Amino acid sequence: MAEHGTVSIIINGVEHDVPEGERLITAAERVGEYIPRFCHHDKLAPVGKCRMCLVEVEGPRGSALTTSCTVPVTDGMVVHTETDVVKKAQEGILEFLLLNHPLDCSVCDKGGECPLQDQALAFGAGESRFIEEKRTFTKPIPVSELVLLDRERCVVCDRCVRVADDIAGDPLLEFIDRGSYVQINTFPNEPFSSYFSGNTVQVCPVGALTSVDYRFKARPWDLESVRSVSLVDSVQSSVDVHTSRGKILRVYGAENDAVNEGWLSDKDRFIFSAFRSPDRITTPLVRDGDGFKETSWSEAVELVAMRLGGHVGTEVGAIGGANGTNEEAFALAKFMRTVVGSPHIDAQLGDGLDPHLASSITARGTISDLDAASTILVWGPDLKETLPVLYLRVRKAVRNGAALVVVSPYSTGLDSIATHSLRYRAGSGPEILRKLAHGDAGYEAVTETLANGPVVALVGRSSITENPMLAEAVAAFARSLPHAKLLPLLTRANVFGALDMGLAPTLLPGRVSTGDAAGVSLLEDSWGPLPESAGKDTMAMLEALIDRDLVAVILAGADPIRDCPDPAVAESALDAAEFVVAFDAFMTDSTRKAHVVLPAALWGEVDGTVTNLEGRVQRLRRSVQPRGMSISVSAALDDIARAMGAELGAADWQLINKEIAAVAPAYAGMTADYLTFEAGEEGAVVPIPGATQPLGHIPVEVNVPVVTGRFTLHLAPALYDAGVLVRNSHMLEGFADPGVVRMHPRDAASLAVADGDLIDAEGVGLPVKIDPEVPERSVVITRNLDTTRGIAASADIRVETVRGEP
Amino acid sequence: MTTKILTTRMDAHPTDSHTLSRYLATGGYEALTKALTEMSRDDIIEEVKASNLRGRGGAGFPTGVKWGFLAPDEPRYLVVNCDESEPGTFNDRQLTERDPHQLLEGIIISSFALDVHHAFVYIRGEYPKAARRLQSAVDEAYEAGYLGDDVRGSGFALDVTLHLGAGAYICGEETALLNSLEGRRGEPRLKPPFPAVEGLYSKPTIVNNVESISNIPWITSNGGAAYAAIGPERSAGTKMLSMSGHINAPGNYEIVMGMTWRELIFDIGGGIPDGRALKAWIPGGASAPWFVPDEHLDTIVSIDDVAANGSMIGAGAVIVMDETTNVVAAAHRILRFFAHESCGQCTPCREGTSWLEAVLKRILDGNGRPEDIDLLLDIADNISPGLVWPPLMTTICPLGPSAVSPITSITRWFRPELEAMIARSEVRVG
Ligand SMILES: Cc1cc2nc3c(=O)[nH]c(=O)nc-3n(C[C@H](O)[C@H](O)[C@H](O)COP(=O)(O)O)c2cc1C
Ligand code: SF4
Ligand code: SF4
Ligand code: FES
Repeated sequence: MAEHGTVSIIINGVEHDVPEGERLITAAERVGEYIPRFCHHDKLAPVGKCRMCLVEVEGPRGSALTTSCTVPVTDGMVVHTETDVVKKAQEGILEFLLLNHPLDCSVCDKGGECPLQDQALAFGAGESRFIEEKRTFTKPIPVSELVLLDRERCVVCDRCVRVADDIAGDPLLEFIDRGSYVQINTFPNEPFSSYFSGNTVQVCPVGALTSVDYRFKARPWDLESVRSVSLVDSVQSSVDVHTSRGKILRVYGAENDAVNEGWLSDKDRFIFSAFRSPDRITTPLVRDGDGFKETSWSEAVELVAMRLGGHVGTEVGAIGGANGTNEEAFALAKFMRTVVGSPHIDAQLGDGLDPHLASSITARGTISDLDAASTILVWGPDLKETLPVLYLRVRKAVRNGAALVVVSPYSTGLDSIATHSLRYRAGSGPEILRKLAHGDAGYEAVTETLANGPVVALVGRSSITENPMLAEAVAAFARSLPHAKLLPLLTRANVFGALDMGLAPTLLPGRVSTGDAAGVSLLEDSWGPLPESAGKDTMAMLEALIDRDLVAVILAGADPIRDCPDPAVAESALDAAEFVVAFDAFMTDSTRKAHVVLPAALWGEVDGTVTNLEGRVQRLRRSVQPRGMSISVSAALDDIARAMGAELGAADWQLINKEIAAVAPAYAGMTADYLTFEAGEEGAVVPIPGATQPLGHIPVEVNVPVVTGRFTLHLAPALYDAGVLVRNSHMLEGFADPGVVRMHPRDAASLAVADGDLIDAEGVGLPVKIDPEVPERSVVITRNLDTTRGIAASADIRVETVRGEP
Repeated sequence: MTTKILTTRMDAHPTDSHTLSRYLATGGYEALTKALTEMSRDDIIEEVKASNLRGRGGAGFPTGVKWGFLAPDEPRYLVVNCDESEPGTFNDRQLTERDPHQLLEGIIISSFALDVHHAFVYIRGEYPKAARRLQSAVDEAYEAGYLGDDVRGSGFALDVTLHLGAGAYICGEETALLNSLEGRRGEPRLKPPFPAVEGLYSKPTIVNNVESISNIPWITSNGGAAYAAIGPERSAGTKMLSMSGHINAPGNYEIVMGMTWRELIFDIGGGIPDGRALKAWIPGGASAPWFVPDEHLDTIVSIDDVAANGSMIGAGAVIVMDETTNVVAAAHRILRFFAHESCGQCTPCREGTSWLEAVLKRILDGNGRPEDIDLLLDIADNISPGLVWPPLMTTICPLGPSAVSPITSITRWFRPELEAMIARSEVRVG
């Protein structure tokens, strides 16, 4: 008998110890016996449909052909994978699969990376015995705006259906018809509109599902593949970026079980199309009257150095830095604190959380903790809309038996699978928290569920309109649950890396509080004296610009006019500023107010490291050259510093990376070399062994006021909004919804409005959508759409009928 | 004396055997009363075991043994299979149309024995009359208190729901049937888990054929031993056979097994029309390998004897072919059926059945090649390795291997005819 947790099986006469209960096909592969397959997929439930993986398993009545993808290994199992019977069966299946398969490999996107083609070469009889007419289908047909289907090539492996149904929860693909006319299709008038549709293209073993964009673009043997990270949201999914002749052609999910398990959202997968947008800023620009004129880097750098150098350091602020690498963020933090001499730095835009809570919460969990959770509490933004790959992980945990409690001011993507889904009127979160914490009448069942640990709590702000202190209070409550682990939810791509690098008024690099005297003096040993005054956050900086306490501001990939709670304040602040320099790849509402705009490289174009919402650091690798004259923010800052007579030490990312590992305590030892040679493809969560972090934030119960007022506002985040990359991506733009004011039927009745009637929401006219999912006396508006971006994110909102009272 | 169990009422009262009043007037629901008042659940199961009743849906699995596998989870379900789509079978239809209360009484007793409170009957969509009759019987039974919250004052609660299929043979396969009943695509599931452990809505479920369940009232009234005493030891009881094809007296017959095929075809079925010679017959529906006069006329009609001779009684469809039959055309017709009815989820059946059909079609069209016989057999072998009986399979369910039966039959018994047909094509082609 093998050791605990393993069983002993005999494959082709050789005994092996393999994990108990594992599927035979996986166990065999583990010990070097590869069994051919089409329908089997490690992350999908077995279906045993293709029959390619038949092997002989000995049983009481002799050897029997068995699909190795459907049977779990058992102790003493005797398996033959190479007998004549097995070979004949496998060759027979392959022949069957090729009967009706079209002979268009030469123009098929999958050609060169197709298991059917590979196996036909390896086993197939050269000449076909099939002389009858092949079955044909019209090809290809679109199943969605992103995915095309060529039914003739389909091998009916069911992978796409399982991905859509089980993984994504979007059961929109199904087989129709029977026999050799069986085909994948969508339901009438229901396209395969899923946030996860691209995964079906990736799992399809043949060229039946292809992405609209990639089709006919390249042959696999022309592609170079770079393992990197998707900087679309703070999950930071692992990706393989496939390029050819200096262009990104496609992005595939990479197997990283700690993070995304190979899955991606369509935004992760297709956003790269924005990199090639003709609207990219490719040269430095300086203000010229109402517009801009192109200039050279050296002139732009001189100008920025002169303008920034002309002010007292503390009159300068910096906003942003959450969309780049850790190295870029560190360079900005160091530039502000040492070269400029200002503590006014903030990677968040008044839309986030307390930086101490976000960066240094105690009992911080990991994404894979979800797999082992008995109960999951989600109280934050709608995961499906903001962190879709984390949404998939929660779905998986629930599929495997975890209980789920969702608390939100509006319906979320997870409600349909939640054990309990609690709804509260926007602004009244503190009330429901109190009831939960006290186990009030009516909440017994939820409290009972939450008492079943281990609990993993995902805590954030349900929307920008919610008081950020509520998350603190929720975190304090969640922490009291049995064996609780917490994951703070911020969504911007590298916001956790930026906070860890000190892009917050109250943080220094490596999770050191600015109030920690020992930490401050340690950093001063290498950086020299730090600014003494307290730093301002983004909203305070904007107010200060209006009040002329600040006069200059750096925008590092930030668009406060779009993203901060009050667009009008941001607009006045940038108008009032004497000098605004923006690093960006696109013109935005905010960069249009800048005096100098410097072209910033995007994440596929730079090297470095990044940190996700668990605190996991991964290598971000450059796959293509930056567009035009774009460079990384850190390289630009290095030039500017030099022009100001200072040495930033940020000329290349590796230098910065080494400095981070040296001066940022929680990142001690976290070098690129450590990632490459020690951590492996999963990356590593900081602090790594040997390092400790100085700051440990214990969330506290705080008294958060309940918002009163006739209507409260929930500005719901959406995956496809009018964000800068989405609107510049030819693949994803146009998916955003047009923007409506959702309200409860009774409120609509009291205002005497019907579906589609125009309503005035804080001065913005929008059509009404009656929606019983909205709590009474609350309205839900999707954030950051072309139609809704002017609405200020105040917790209560003035809603009036446009027609007026008679 | 001929023993009849299932068809006595319909034979004696051809006009109203389906009504509750006639059913009650002829001893109906007395078995139920006995079951509810005199017997425990286990008693009933023991009697069914003792009866040696073997499932009439095709596989011949002992009903009592199957019942013993029902897992203890709740709720659990009984599902009665009235999909009857095997070409050549039509006896479940007659039992359902003409004695629906007998079936219903069987369902109620079985449900009581199995501690089931919701039973389903899955009826082939092309059987509207059977569905209507059974629905009326169900309505009458609710009305009279044989169904509902408190069956005849016993405290036992049972609901019965009818569901009509949408025209797919594969939905007769029990797990495809369960998928279809749940509103999913009718595709067989992987086994294990078996339905008795994880069936309808993933709950323990017994699936039984109409004829199997229709026997339960008689067994309850008369005892398992009495049933076991009828017919050969391992083919106890009576069996409904549907006889069709080139036979003088086609129709359904309730017989006691143990006679020879000669007696069945010539005495009971009245022999072949116009004195023509018998060429072959299929003993158990389109899925079964064929029998031929030289070999099998004296074989015994029983589940085991037929199996020992490489075929099956199956659902009891006897299809007779006389000397005028073009066996290649007959085989092609059956292959066309299976290729059309393959659910298409597994490769060998999806591709193999339509390939076999296409090759046969080509031969029939006069474009056969000498190598086609080996090709047919090798395709068949890739669906059912070794072409042995009972069949092995590379497929998920037995439908694929079923489609192989006509191929093995014509190549085994009628090879010269096949070769001659191909030779004629060669002349034409050449
Ligand atoms: C392709 C296929 C079709 C079948 N069709 C039927 C059918 O129409 N009616 C039926 O009772 N059993 C049918 N069966 C058998 C069922 O799967 C199942 O064995 C049977 O309903 C069990 O009932 P029994 O134990 O009472 O025989 C079919 C099996 C297969 C593989
Ligand atoms: S389309 Fe691709 S993934 Fe879907 S069933 Fe066909 S071969 Fe499999
Ligand atoms: S053998 Fe045929 S009918 Fe059965 S599961 Fe496979 S494809 Fe479907
Ligand atoms: S891989 Fe096992 S049946 Fe397809």
